[in-house]
Amino acid sequence: MLYFDHCASTPPYEEAVQTMAEVMRAHYANPSSLHAAGTDADKLIERSRALVASQLQTRGGTWLFTGGGTESNNLAIQGAARQYAGRGKHLITTMIEHPSVFETFGRLEREGFRVTYLPASESGHVRPEQVEEALTGDTVLVSVMHVNNEIGTVQPIERIGSLLKRHPKVLFHVDAVQSVGKLPVRIEEWGIDLLSASAHKLRGPKGVGLLYVRDGVTLQPLLAGGAQESGYRPGTPNVPGIVAAAKALRMSTETMEERGRRMAGLKARLLRLLGVIPELRVNGGEPSADHIVHFSYPGMKPEVIVHMLEQHGIMASTKSACSSKDAKPSRVLLALGASLENAAGGIRISFGDEHRERDVDRLGEALRSIVEQLKPLERRLT
Amino acid sequence: MQYEQIVLRYGDLTMKGRNRNRFEKRMIDQVRRALAGFDGISYFKAYGRLYVKLNGQPYEPVADRLKDLFGITSLSPVISSEADLAKIQAAALELMRAIPVQPATFKVSAKRAWKGYPHTSQEMNHLVGGHVLRGLPGLKVDVRNPEVELRVDIQEEAVYLFHEVIPAAGGFPYGSNGKALLLLSGGIDSPVAGWMALRKGLELEAVHFHSYPFTSEQAKEKVVELAKRLSYFSGEPIKLHLVPFTDIQTRLAQSNNDNLIITLMRRAMLRITEELAARSGAGGIVTGESLGQVASQTLPSMNVIGRSAELPLLKPLIMMDKQEIIDIAMRIGTYDTSILPYEDCCTLFLPKSPTTNPNLKIVEKVESLIPDYEALLAAAADGTEAVMLSPDTATAAQAAGEDSWF
Repeated sequence: MLYFDHCASTPPYEEAVQTMAEVMRAHYANPSSLHAAGTDADKLIERSRALVASQLQTRGGTWLFTGGGTESNNLAIQGAARQYAGRGKHLITTMIEHPSVFETFGRLEREGFRVTYLPASESGHVRPEQVEEALTGDTVLVSVMHVNNEIGTVQPIERIGSLLKRHPKVLFHVDAVQSVGKLPVRIEEWGIDLLSASAHKLRGPKGVGLLYVRDGVTLQPLLAGGAQESGYRPGTPNVPGIVAAAKALRMSTETMEERGRRMAGLKARLLRLLGVIPELRVNGGEPSADHIVHFSYPGMKPEVIVHMLEQHGIMASTKSACSSKDAKPSRVLLALGASLENAAGGIRISFGDEHRERDVDRLGEALRSIVEQLKPLERRLT
Repeated sequence: MQYEQIVLRYGDLTMKGRNRNRFEKRMIDQVRRALAGFDGISYFKAYGRLYVKLNGQPYEPVADRLKDLFGITSLSPVISSEADLAKIQAAALELMRAIPVQPATFKVSAKRAWKGYPHTSQEMNHLVGGHVLRGLPGLKVDVRNPEVELRVDIQEEAVYLFHEVIPAAGGFPYGSNGKALLLLSGGIDSPVAGWMALRKGLELEAVHFHSYPFTSEQAKEKVVELAKRLSYFSGEPIKLHLVPFTDIQTRLAQSNNDNLIITLMRRAMLRITEELAARSGAGGIVTGESLGQVASQTLPSMNVIGRSAELPLLKPLIMMDKQEIIDIAMRIGTYDTSILPYEDCCTLFLPKSPTTNPNLKIVEKVESLIPDYEALLAAAADGTEAVMLSPDTATAAQAAGEDSWF
């Protein structure tokens, strides 16, 4: 099998699997218990937290462990919006966010918040000036993703952060689920107040999310319960998952440069191969992340291509895994001004550490033969 | 601006008489140790000052570390120039231009320490000032109240230029005033008392009384963290004595003198500490007491408690308000640790109405009636464990689990 769906989830590091099993076996006590077995488990969480802070180079602030990227995004956005609702009820985000951000804003809108959704350019980018123009005296939160989960474009987080420094009452949340461990994220330097990440996107276990909360920022918890995770996230912490997540994060960040170079080579190679198949159109412009390539076959249902790739032993995605069962055209592609048929036909290829050039060549060859096969059926299958 | 060196000033106090050489040597040793983590830094002495040559190291982190060392009154980032007028003038202009918010007024204060240099201090003020004025139109000279004072220090080996004078922690270098034991409880006050004692040049060892299982392991870890923080300021590892206090405390709790129990406990602590002081050659005991703060810190209480020890009791916080103490605790970075909610032995068995005015005769009588009291005190001193701590000693959390898991 050739697995090209690393944006959806990644094969965990063997070391992370091992760590998870060992910790699960040895430290089953509840980390909130007073006895030594409990405090030992609690120390593992604190050591993991310190490791996360050092790997992501934050000196202040708090790292919270949540149940995943979706929970981190929900907690950051709902938690901040509700906490600071007295200050203002206007929020800003973009049209190309992941559903866990986009739908969260939808929910807040129904609760009475006003939300500005910034459109992206044809290349798949939001401009910092758009953020500045959308700011009102009532704005309390801006949420912009770092790497788009569907087409891989990199948003100008550093520049948005620096313009928001002049608006100290506006909080800046970044959904960095697709970028942490893959490209540099300078949380404090860029003026980020809240940042979400997810362990299973960087070869850690599922069920562990990270949320950075800058000093001085308070969130309203989503759940009622105990005082775990500084009171922000009631519930017994997932000790083995958290330790394995911290380990996976360390392994990812330590090898980030070298892996990045390899991904860039693979991406360039795939783009060359796609370039000679005129039916396929690559979506999104630069800057973009090197581990994601997104293209459309206008006039062709994307599921057909996914299933035909499957016959070649190749796993790829249509759009965000969180919305791929939904047959509607991609909201993200539509936001870039794509035509309906183009928006319906997106295929996402995302690379991982196991891929070599020959794997990309196999993918290119499979696509060439699929297109050849489908060509006579164009438009009849949409 | 790439600074070449940092000049450290010691202040007058340490510079008097025959002690000067000793102080200077201690100072250099202390600076060297504190900066051991920075590669390539070199040092040289001048009268009343120490120069730290950065040799390419960035200025800020080095200065941040030095600001917390005791015995230094102020420091300045410095650039140097050859003793050549044109070069001095160019360096002065460059330094002035690098000031982030350009001042409206300035003056030059030149000092010709090396009399071989052809221009006098007075002449240099004009020569350098004139050059800067020509380079920065809009800037004016104000000799009385300048926003920036540009100093030009002409020494034989080089000419040093600087304008910033950053206040440092002051006090005396570590260990220049003898050795004392610090009673370290884990609360807000005692770490601040320790910091102030270190600032006065005392070499410190910390003493902590624990009453496991009445107190938790976390209470002890909290004290370990506080001791580590103190050792950051001294730049030296600190010894922490952990005294087993459970037996004494439970015995005192059973003596049916509830309102005296705090007095009795504090006296026991002082007696054990005095024994530890004798063993480690310490000449005093530092406590975080502040007059009137709690029942054991009234004047009559301190009188009765203090009589159990003969060594001088040093109480740096004695006349301070709680808020002043908290402000220092926050500044020195001990506050957040101190307020962690783990009970220490001082809050155990706390009676409803502890006496604020104990009677010495009664207290001594009660002590004499406790069976084997002397032996209990000796056993506590004998059972004391000591650990050496420095800022990079792993915390309990840092050492958690297997290294291979992280």
